[in-house]
Amino acid sequence: MKHKNLMSLPFTLWAIIFIVLPLCLIVWYGITLEIPVEYTQITLEDGSTAYKLEDGTVQTQEPWQKKAVISFSNFKRMVEPTYLKLLIRSLRVALLTTLICLLLGYPVALILTGKDFKHPSLWMMLIILPMWMNFLLRTYSWMSILENSGILNSWIASLREAIPAFDKFLSDRGVGNKIIFLYNENAVILGMVYNYLSFMIMPIYTVIEKIDRSLLEAAADLGASPSKSFLRVTLPYSLPGVLEGVTMVFVPAVTTFVISQLMGGGKVPLIGDVIQNQFGKSSDWHFGASLSLLVMVVVLAFMRGLHSIDKEEEVQKEVRIF
Amino acid sequence: MKKLRKVYIALIMVFLYAPIVLLVLYSFNDSKSRAKWGGFTLRWYQELFSDKVIISSLGTTLSIGLLAAVISTILGTFGAIVLYQMKRGPRNMMLNVVNLPMLNSEVVTGVSLMLLFALAKLQMGYMTLLLSHISFCVPYVVLSVMPKLRQLEPNLAEAAQDLGATPVQGFFKVILPDIMPGVVSGFLMALTMSIDDFVVSFFTTGSGVSNLSITIYTMAKRGISPKINALSTLIFGGVLILMLILNLKDMKNPDGAKKIEKVKIPY
Amino acid sequence: MFEKETGIEVEYMVYETNEDMYAKIANGKSSYDVIFPSDYMVERMIRENLLQKINWDNIPNVANIDPRFMNQAYDPESQYSVPYTWGTMGILYNKSMVEEVPTSWKTLQDERYSMNMLMLNSPRDTIGIALIMSGHSLNATDAAALEDAKQLLIEQKPLVLAYVVDEVKDKMIAGEAAVAMVWSGDATFSMAENDELDYVVPEEGSNIFFDAICIPANAKNVSGAEKFIDFLCRADIAAKNYEYVGYAIPNKAAIEVLGADEYNASPVNNPPQEVLDKCEVFKYLGEDTKLYDQVWTEIISEY
Repeated sequence: MKHKNLMSLPFTLWAIIFIVLPLCLIVWYGITLEIPVEYTQITLEDGSTAYKLEDGTVQTQEPWQKKAVISFSNFKRMVEPTYLKLLIRSLRVALLTTLICLLLGYPVALILTGKDFKHPSLWMMLIILPMWMNFLLRTYSWMSILENSGILNSWIASLREAIPAFDKFLSDRGVGNKIIFLYNENAVILGMVYNYLSFMIMPIYTVIEKIDRSLLEAAADLGASPSKSFLRVTLPYSLPGVLEGVTMVFVPAVTTFVISQLMGGGKVPLIGDVIQNQFGKSSDWHFGASLSLLVMVVVLAFMRGLHSIDKEEEVQKEVRIF
Repeated sequence: MKKLRKVYIALIMVFLYAPIVLLVLYSFNDSKSRAKWGGFTLRWYQELFSDKVIISSLGTTLSIGLLAAVISTILGTFGAIVLYQMKRGPRNMMLNVVNLPMLNSEVVTGVSLMLLFALAKLQMGYMTLLLSHISFCVPYVVLSVMPKLRQLEPNLAEAAQDLGATPVQGFFKVILPDIMPGVVSGFLMALTMSIDDFVVSFFTTGSGVSNLSITIYTMAKRGISPKINALSTLIFGGVLILMLILNLKDMKNPDGAKKIEKVKIPY
Repeated sequence: MFEKETGIEVEYMVYETNEDMYAKIANGKSSYDVIFPSDYMVERMIRENLLQKINWDNIPNVANIDPRFMNQAYDPESQYSVPYTWGTMGILYNKSMVEEVPTSWKTLQDERYSMNMLMLNSPRDTIGIALIMSGHSLNATDAAALEDAKQLLIEQKPLVLAYVVDEVKDKMIAGEAAVAMVWSGDATFSMAENDELDYVVPEEGSNIFFDAICIPANAKNVSGAEKFIDFLCRADIAAKNYEYVGYAIPNKAAIEVLGADEYNASPVNNPPQEVLDKCEVFKYLGEDTKLYDQVWTEIISEY
């Protein structure tokens, strides 16, 4: 027992320094505010003016120092409609992104594990490979496809020139010369789906791939139709993978800021953008920390919800096996 | 039906690869503008190799990535074993703690580490960058080693020790080979996370040390240079070839296929 | 070139905003020998003891600097900063896409350019310009003035294609929008890439800003820093640097090297004096910066 404790010490220490302590710092910043220090103006012996701070130090410059005091006013500010609206929008965008990723990704995992593809692992590799390109570059590339003067618009323009009927079709529907694809919420969602789709496919693929083939065969032998055996076997067994995929997509989608800035052209700010601003341009770290705490609570609540589904599933599985 | 499935996969592939094909094309485009095609050129590749800033940040990215991946793999594997041996209550608590950074926004991770380093009066630079990368990689390693440990025969280590192996020997001879796939995929995941990271690095580096993401971000302010496209094309090509070699190997060797498969997916 | 001449190796880091840099210097214990903050940030850093006084004896090339750029309000006796570049805020427009040459900030409220204009995603700058448009001072902090600016920007929002920062150059060069609110340096850069673009400082006045060179209080290599600053003030180097960064320079000798006529022909370097007289410099607002941020968040989160 002693020996085991000794083993766990270095790791626990690491976890405390690099996980718990930084979080405590964020919490500390979140519940404090900086206010100017109090001071009194004094006259020095040589007649010049100086300032005496509350801690007793004397300086000749007008005091700029701040001190931290515990205050919950940041939390009050957070529940103002402005920030709630931002949070709701972020949640909506993240949920939509997750849903689209799931709808697009699940069939991919299902098809690749099926009979049609001889080398599913090769295909999986091809799906993961784009993730090795820097995500900023990938997003910039999408922008050059979708922008007003971008590739898609220039293709549409040449199509219109080539096929008058197509031109008429578009003009009749009030479509202008340039279609604005970027700079709206849909563009942001597209950017996110692109960047996170692989995160959804991978865990689902891994789980479906592990399902015992004989189970499916048994189901078929017992006369289950393919759709029935999918509903009764594949779907429930793949649920852990789905849950993991949902987490992997939802969490970064709630907190992202670069994608919304680039694809949304600053018109679709998400809570992540505002947090980022607090630590950058606005340099209000205290408010930034409070907002981060809010997002953390929301994400944790979401995870709790997911986890409860997972547990029910485990019980069901046991029943099924025996 | 079969056709439909293939068409679906093809469509997804088009979606995933359209911007990448575009990047590769731009890297040969003899015009700075992204909207125009100015003819084929290799000059961006020439310029790339003479650009000291890009080359040195590529070096930083690779060295930080490898070091962070190696160290966090060792730390994470060790940590997973420690967690595995704990009683249920404390183990769940520790697991939650270890998982926390993955639930946090990257900005928060970055800033909190920056505050930590400031508190410790560390000079921002290579060291702080490495430390922060290690700290956000470890949870991913723990996460990928943990399931492998759960699949272990619980009495394996004891059996080895009964047969006269020291705990250390037992670990290297019996436990490690069994959890190796998890360790390797943890390593690859850590490497990927570290190489692609921008936000955390942005907050925790300083004194002129910058990795590729930061350099790209900085350069993008003057418009994305085709040099960067050339660089990504090279990286992409390199990874593609590496993956293909790995895959061809296990296609020839169907018995080993299952084992390597887990390893290949950096996730 | 500096590295070749002196053997001192230069490593640099670019920050998106003054505040990012400030955060690194003040909190991050990051040590730099030379920094390039803007006017209001110089003011703040002087107040907070983060800069050291410059020993002018070691920077003989300061003689090249036009005296009218010395002793600015942000550093009244030029003790801490060397003028580096200066610029204005204005409108960049695409000649082939506008109906008439813009002369006023009202262009940015013109419905004809609906979904065809770019604004800066920067609270201080954009709200500052909105304050000018609604007849207030660029540095106003009273609630009524900020409310005016906020209403103006919310009304303008449906016309705006995007709020951008550095991407503005790429987008204007590609012809993505007809008009954009830009810093003059970005205008120079874009105009060099696309002949259709031109720049104007609107008649109502605007923001004029100065970027300075300073030595942080915790610099390690002060003599190296002085050498580097002196190097940057040398006529040929300042001229080269102008060609690279595109901001107007306060360096008389360098302007001679570049050719005064050519230099002054650019609307970026030489806006009419009566417009310049109406331009204001940003002041450091201290705690009031938060007001701007609050207002800005309210504007952009409107949907």
